[in-house]
Amino acid sequence: MISKKVANVSEALEGIKDNMTLMLGGFGLSGIPENSISKLVELNVKGLTCISNNAGVDNFGLGLLLHKKQIDKMVSSYVGENAEFERQMLSGELEVELIPQGTLAERCRAAQAGFPAIYTPAGFGTEVAEGKETREFDGKMYVLEHAFKADFAFVKAWKGDAAGNLIFKGTARNFNPVMCGAAKITVAEVEELVPVGELDPNQIHIPGIFVQRIFEGKNYEKRIEQRTVRPKL
Amino acid sequence: MLDKNGIAKRIAKEVKDGYYVNLGIGIPTLVANYVRDDIEVEFQSENGVLGMGPFPFEGEEDADIINAGKQTITTLPGASFFDSALSFAMIRGQHVDLTILGAMEVAENGDIANWKIPGKMVKGMGGAMDLVASAENIVVAMMHTNRAGESKLLKRCSLPLTGVGCVKKIVTNLAVIEVTENGFKLLERAPGVSVDEIIAATEGHLLVEGDIPEMQL
Repeated sequence: MISKKVANVSEALEGIKDNMTLMLGGFGLSGIPENSISKLVELNVKGLTCISNNAGVDNFGLGLLLHKKQIDKMVSSYVGENAEFERQMLSGELEVELIPQGTLAERCRAAQAGFPAIYTPAGFGTEVAEGKETREFDGKMYVLEHAFKADFAFVKAWKGDAAGNLIFKGTARNFNPVMCGAAKITVAEVEELVPVGELDPNQIHIPGIFVQRIFEGKNYEKRIEQRTVRPKL
Repeated sequence: MLDKNGIAKRIAKEVKDGYYVNLGIGIPTLVANYVRDDIEVEFQSENGVLGMGPFPFEGEEDADIINAGKQTITTLPGASFFDSALSFAMIRGQHVDLTILGAMEVAENGDIANWKIPGKMVKGMGGAMDLVASAENIVVAMMHTNRAGESKLLKRCSLPLTGVGCVKKIVTNLAVIEVTENGFKLLERAPGVSVDEIIAATEGHLLVEGDIPEMQL
């Protein structure tokens, strides 16, 4: 067994520098790598490009990095619910590239899978396709979208082992699996790091080959953005 | 004239037995409340769940189980979770049968704008561009006019587009309208609404052929 286990979040983030491009898993605040984000805030690295579906909220998730002006550019599909983000974007302090959600996922997956680019119908005829190569296949138009290039991918899983194998829970899975192995170094933080051999090989979502460093995270807040319930009968 | 729930109720009639359906945020979310209970339908949410159920009971909400609107949800027996790439494979690969979403503007050629108001509102397109670029069956749920009373059914969209020539049907508080090669075609009137009122509220060209029936809700 090749061990990917590191002692803690500090060791997991070794090599992080200013001006790097990072991928961060999560949809809204669900499945975000909370421990890695806290450490990025502490390390105070600047000039970051962050590829993440959303940009957190004002005081949580990537909002914490935005608040300290550590991010120069965001590549996302949806950035509502974040007043500081909007302020920085409208003032020009923050560069923002908005792309379709499925394109974001597939540009990660292309990087993971060794494809330089993919054709997607999403965004054809809109400003998203401006300046991009387009091509017709069977009478329908598609846009050429390139694989991302990133230095680090930070993902969060439910369970993992020292071999780097990962299992996700519910919709906290989202972008995390497609970012594994899509950057030079993939750092996985898990709620529970179990002994090697305990995870059923049939149930593993991401094999350890896609992960370089793994550690058990601490104090997960798992904040809910829209708590919606129905009354008990 | 219909309210938001009325629009959702009318759109629910478009949902057929055996359909996989993606519901957008806003009025489309309400559609799930009105689908006949004698048919089998599965709701997909693009953040990675198929087989969504109702909101959880108080105290049973789980931060790891949400919909694309970031609301806590439950799942029904037979549900599945998956990653974002597989989720959009369902959408782009046309495995989802019906997409219901909101819009700021729809044009008579089927163009739709719903993600950006330059200089005012820039939240992003989320999954909307993937949904409209691929779905065979797209129904738009929206009010017929905006808050300023201006028509949202236009000759051409004025806002940045989400997709081109993709909308097939529109259900508003006033009417059910089909998008044809010759422009908007009036199919049904909302209860108590006249054809003249609908024509007056529609900027794009509206085909009116024969007697227009009132919606059956």
